[in-house]
Amino acid sequence: MPDGGADFVRIEGLKRYFDVSAPWLVRKLEGRPRQVVQAVDGIDIEIAKGETFSLVGESGCGKSTVARLVVGLYPPTAGRIEFDGNDMAGRHSRSDMAALRRRMQMIFQDPFASLNPRWRVFDIIAEPIRAFGLSTGKADLEARVAALLRQVKLNPADGRKYPHEFSGGQRQRISIARALASEPEFLVCDEPTSALDVSVQAQILNLMVDLQRRLQLTYLFISHNLAVVYHISTRVGVMYLGRLVEVAPTDTLFRRPKHPYTRMLLDTIPDLEMTGRQRSPVGGEVPSPINPPSGCSFHPRCPFANDRCKAERPKALPIEGGTVACHAIEEGRLPVEDRTYALNT
Amino acid sequence: MAAASNNQPLLEVRNLRIEFPTRRGTLLAVDDVSFDIAPGEVLGVVGESGAGKSLTGNAIIGLLEPPGRIAAGEIRLEGRRIDNLPYEEMRKIRGAQIGAIFQDPLTSLNPLYSVGRQLVETIQTHLPLSASQAKARAIELLQEVGIPGAEMRIDHYPHQFSGGMRQRVVIALALCAGPRLIVADEPTTALDVSIQAQIIALLKRLCREHGTAVMLVTHDMGVIAETADRVAVMYAGRVAEIGPVREVVKHAKHPYTKGLMGSIPSLGVRTERLTQIDGAMPRLTEIPPGCAFNPRCTSKGQRCLVERPNLMPAGATRAACWLHDSGGVGAPILKETIDA
Repeated sequence: MPDGGADFVRIEGLKRYFDVSAPWLVRKLEGRPRQVVQAVDGIDIEIAKGETFSLVGESGCGKSTVARLVVGLYPPTAGRIEFDGNDMAGRHSRSDMAALRRRMQMIFQDPFASLNPRWRVFDIIAEPIRAFGLSTGKADLEARVAALLRQVKLNPADGRKYPHEFSGGQRQRISIARALASEPEFLVCDEPTSALDVSVQAQILNLMVDLQRRLQLTYLFISHNLAVVYHISTRVGVMYLGRLVEVAPTDTLFRRPKHPYTRMLLDTIPDLEMTGRQRSPVGGEVPSPINPPSGCSFHPRCPFANDRCKAERPKALPIEGGTVACHAIEEGRLPVEDRTYALNT
Repeated sequence: MAAASNNQPLLEVRNLRIEFPTRRGTLLAVDDVSFDIAPGEVLGVVGESGAGKSLTGNAIIGLLEPPGRIAAGEIRLEGRRIDNLPYEEMRKIRGAQIGAIFQDPLTSLNPLYSVGRQLVETIQTHLPLSASQAKARAIELLQEVGIPGAEMRIDHYPHQFSGGMRQRVVIALALCAGPRLIVADEPTTALDVSIQAQIIALLKRLCREHGTAVMLVTHDMGVIAETADRVAVMYAGRVAEIGPVREVVKHAKHPYTKGLMGSIPSLGVRTERLTQIDGAMPRLTEIPPGCAFNPRCTSKGQRCLVERPNLMPAGATRAACWLHDSGGVGAPILKETIDA
């Protein structure tokens, strides 16, 4: 891990519940109980400066909720988020809070929905600069926006156009330029490439890697695409039903996966190398987070589950530079094996 | 293709051309596309959004949305021409002989009818069965696509099924009348990876058991690699390369296919940067003269700027690229002009 010292972003016991109950009167008349979705149910993450920490999981596992909690788009139900030693929920003056906010930005999944169609690209990118009062005048503002556009490989003259005049990949470049406008140190990227075609995805991923190196950015990268995560991450956390089941350095996670869910996810990656390996389809689907299973939430789909897994929620256990929350691994019932992948020739 | 030479191909698409008349002129969305599908074969069609792959699929099932129209070419199913049939005739073929699976399982099912009713309706439209026989067949189909408790689930409505289960119902609907060909348009794109693997395995098993041919339209090369026998790579409305899937994936001959394969992150080697194809696919209004890929191509020559290549033999595949013609790509283009 770079820096080695204090963690840049520290998340402790983070929880976010959503009340999805019917209206009060309906509940009283029909005798229905309150219903709560446990979208994020107690997770701990530490991200070092300059690294890319990725969260993977299937839809509904709570990974996007974590992204939104981290940048403060949702207040957490419980737990704490520390950014460079500052508790985000603590008491800060308005100006201190703005200074903290300036240092973190977010890139969203859908470049068609995240840009205001009625604004020119120049104004979209200039908004954070104006909001944080970073520019000294009109000429400076124009120079900054032009530099940002060049940084994401667009033409400064594109600032006069509207978002609809750009393709999906170009729009995602505009989103990245906007995110970089406030000179942040920490970027939360929520599925930044999943709406893009593969050749465009490669362009955006390369751009993100280049920018990270040049500007010493720290990324929290959210994705469901394991190959993309493998390519871009320093460390990876695997989420299942609002909990982190495994965290490990990227190579360890992909070469020596431990949690049965991680193994299952790796088995489902399509085999492009044509080794003849059959994807083993896993039975079952993700249960509803309204009534998550007792104990380990993965036990209904897990081939190694026993009575303890059904009753007791496993704790995150340190192992090989990461953590894993699994009784079978803890008890040594499930041996850890090395995996190899065919080399692309 | 050796096996298909004796018996007639199940589906023949010849010089298909799809146009969209607009106020500013006619847009050519699919330009001179030809391919065959043999009985029981899975043909993958890949390409980026806007490459014309879904339009080709829609033209085959006769569901091209106006103002789009087939401007030239032929589509033959078992030797019979189907692209110019009247609506009612085509309706009988669609469902009975060609099944369709679409991307979003929620919009392909009617939310107001139970899945059983939708299945029975489709079965009775195409097969001479009584209501109770049709219901028995519907239950059988649901069991076949792996829906647990089919007898009970048949009375449920689409919203009571999860995404993966809904896609299974859609597959059951496509199989109702035992079609010879299924056109599957992005059948796994809306699903999670673990569910995607289940649906692919199911499709493969059903095709093997029923001998159904499949035209699998997707942008996901991984799905093609493990499902298809042959693959057609489309770019800007044309077929850039077509051949056995192993050859296309491992030894691509067209620069676009090579770039496409290289831009997919691999688990085998972890590279600092992915191979990237600069630029984007041209809009239909701005397709350049010569080879449509030439603005993004790194091996182009003068000939590529003016002359449009057709598919030609290239190793074990066929590629539309002058690199594989005896005449070559022509005089080199100066480096400065490429950078500009």
